[in-house]
Amino acid sequence: MRYTKRGRLRFTSHRDFQRAFERALRRADVPMAYSAGFTPHPKVSYANAAPTGTASEAEYLEIALARTRDIEELRASLDASLPDGLDIIDIVEARTGDFAEQLTASHWELRLDGVDPAEAGRAVRAFLAAETVEVRRQTKKGLRVFDARAAVVSLAVLPDPPDPAGSHGPDPHPCAILRLVVRHLIPAVRPDDVLSGLRATADLAPPVPAAVTRLAQGPLDEETGTVTDPFAPDREAAGAASTRAAGQRAAAVPGITV
Amino acid sequence: MPVESVFPRLEALLPHVQKPIQYVGGELNSTVKDWDACDVRWALMYPDAYEVGLPNQGVMILYEVLNEREGVLAERTYSVWPDLEELMREHGVPQFTVDAHRPVGAFDLLGFSFSTELGYTNMLTALDLAGIPIEAKDRTEDHPVVIAGGHAAFNPEPIADFIDCAVLGDGEQAVLEITDVVRAWKREGRPGGREELLLRLARTGGVYVPGFYDVEYLPDGRIARVVPNRSGVPWRVAKHTVMDLDEWPYPKQPLVPLAETVHERMSVEIFRGCTRGCRFCQAGMITRPVRERSITGIGEMVDKGLKATGFEEVGLLSLSSADHSEIAEVAKGLADRYEEDKIGLSLPSTRVDAFNIDLADELTRNGRRSGLTFAPEGGSERIRKVINKMVSEEDLIRTVATAYGNGWRQVKLYFMCGLPTETDEDVLQIAEMASKVIAKGREVSGSNDIRCTVSIGGFVPKPHTPFQWAPQLSAEETDARLAKLRDAIRADKRYGRSIGFRYHDGKPGTVEGLLSRGDRRVGAVIRAVYEAGGRFDGWREFFSYDQWMACAGPALEPFGVDVAWYTTRERGYEEVLPWDHLDSGLDKDWLWEDWQDALDETEVEDCRWTPCFDCGVCPQMDTHIQIGPTGKKLLPLTVVK
Repeated sequence: MRYTKRGRLRFTSHRDFQRAFERALRRADVPMAYSAGFTPHPKVSYANAAPTGTASEAEYLEIALARTRDIEELRASLDASLPDGLDIIDIVEARTGDFAEQLTASHWELRLDGVDPAEAGRAVRAFLAAETVEVRRQTKKGLRVFDARAAVVSLAVLPDPPDPAGSHGPDPHPCAILRLVVRHLIPAVRPDDVLSGLRATADLAPPVPAAVTRLAQGPLDEETGTVTDPFAPDREAAGAASTRAAGQRAAAVPGITV
Repeated sequence: MPVESVFPRLEALLPHVQKPIQYVGGELNSTVKDWDACDVRWALMYPDAYEVGLPNQGVMILYEVLNEREGVLAERTYSVWPDLEELMREHGVPQFTVDAHRPVGAFDLLGFSFSTELGYTNMLTALDLAGIPIEAKDRTEDHPVVIAGGHAAFNPEPIADFIDCAVLGDGEQAVLEITDVVRAWKREGRPGGREELLLRLARTGGVYVPGFYDVEYLPDGRIARVVPNRSGVPWRVAKHTVMDLDEWPYPKQPLVPLAETVHERMSVEIFRGCTRGCRFCQAGMITRPVRERSITGIGEMVDKGLKATGFEEVGLLSLSSADHSEIAEVAKGLADRYEEDKIGLSLPSTRVDAFNIDLADELTRNGRRSGLTFAPEGGSERIRKVINKMVSEEDLIRTVATAYGNGWRQVKLYFMCGLPTETDEDVLQIAEMASKVIAKGREVSGSNDIRCTVSIGGFVPKPHTPFQWAPQLSAEETDARLAKLRDAIRADKRYGRSIGFRYHDGKPGTVEGLLSRGDRRVGAVIRAVYEAGGRFDGWREFFSYDQWMACAGPALEPFGVDVAWYTTRERGYEEVLPWDHLDSGLDKDWLWEDWQDALDETEVEDCRWTPCFDCGVCPQMDTHIQIGPTGKKLLPLTVVK
């Protein structure tokens, strides 16, 4: 299942989302499979949640059902049972192996209000030119120091949109939009780590917190450096299965008529 | 005029604060109405953190009752934590509602729900953050009317300077009456300004406007009398009582938050009021008479509520849930109905004498058999007679033994320390009771793996109870007595290891006592504590006893009184109490007789199953007991899959 965290609901933590989702399963009357044991839990596995405060167009989870349900009906009823902003946008039936292993990279957008795109461009070039960029992050286990450079596949400033008024002089409301493709390594490098890296290498300090959105998550195409659709293998498998089923039905028809 | 959302400005602050989700709203079943399509607008505040305030049933009920009305809107607001407060002050962001993030100062009415007096400093913080003058006398027509409700509003005198009105009792009908008065006044072009609006509210007889009463004092500091200073204002203001709970099946669409909160369940109030007559219990005294929701009404609320929320647990709420006349049928019916769906049932307040194993079995059928909680409240038989908690030690041991015998491993016992006439000996008997519980438990369960936890806190005398005249035990004496109990439990070589001991020290109780039985002069203390940075007094990590005491001394000194005068002093029959002009329906002479009975260790029965003992509520309020049994059954509902 692919779902989003949009708008003000980007402040939902992963734990908050889990509770909301499990309640939505009940409201939508989804025939869940439960784990065995003293306190059975509905079988849900979550992959790679975006940090609290960052938006996402590409979060993923898997659920196990006790009975089959129509995929589109399931999507629509679950989506209707979740608050606006937490939206279920795509579902496929799992037919291949470990789905979480598909998620090897993320594509992020970082919106830096109040930052001049040219200045952001200089910082990005300095960051990319560096062999390693050491950053620190406060974790529950204390202050952690690690390299933010190696995981970065690409980082670029989006080209400035043409000024509609055609006016000259400095933009009174500058805004730089960065696109970032990052490999999922351990420790995970998050967009705020890259921002710390930009500050460390080029003193880039946005005046307001960056608005960060995950645009895509999936297998990294090493040749093009792009993030591809993690559902592709399951879609292909589903396509093959339906062709096979259709073929079997077609083959069976003469048998009935005999 | 449209009111702008403060969200864009708030949003920039949220990445810097803890748990930002609590400030963004968007809860399932929340409502945002068009500002301009409504002419009466309420902001409802529970003056504590979101995680505590959101599940509050009172706020949820009023929110829904008001929003169902055409032309009326209600939004919710909660206390912001100090990290966000600091940023809001720095960036000029006002107190906001979580629904549409509208500034609280733009509403017509701002209602505070006080379950406890420890929310008073949070009210002042919110008023100030909203840009509303802290003192009612400084407000103009442009500011909301500030209303206090909830149990603490039965003595709102300590906050009399800060609120415009207080409403006593059930809010469902009261908020609609107030809405009508405000609407009429606005439609007429606000004649006479704020003063006239408050006068109209006061003249309904059900809204207390402190500013319309003068308090006169005797030279010794006691109150001489409380007198209306406007014509047409009643000498006594009456509480509100909703009759027929089945007509008020709220909340119908309970709010489901994204953030984690203290109660995450579908709560249904199965009855309101209690006549068990525990003398320490303010809730039981001020919510009389008992009014039950019918078994079918409960069944319908549970069904609709679960569908609307997706909660996994149903809480059957009341002051003593096992006392519902059809509780066995309710529990069995719900357990049958939801057996497939893994819905758990809980009964938060269970009396020892109303507990039975069949009921407990039904409650745990779809869930875990973890622990049982009982509240004997007093350690000795004698003190239980004083407080009218009629549970014999044999009853208690038998009940607990049944529980251990049926598979429960953990029993929690709640007690109070500092009850009137209490001695060390009364409290030390708690240790003996716990030992007997464990001894019996090991015997019937055949296992040493059982536990009993003793949980105890200081008793705070409350207005409108027989103990309103009682001296409160000082924090020091409370702590000393609790230490003796702890030592006694620890010294118990045979059973002590199986007995847990949890206690609340006496300091917060002293402040609560000051605020509970205080008068208008205590307002100066609240203000001083707020100005010194006091916030979230219900939270151990924020509460500062030393700060309260440091502020109380100078604030009360000009009046010739002090904290002890309000807390540890015993009051006499003749004394005018600060809340005498607020009518809970209880006859003051009956309360006094009950106080004398307490001192004589004489018990009084429950009027649900014995003749009326003339507490005064029903005739004074024109109400009556509403209990079953109805004889009806809960029908199993088959879910269409």
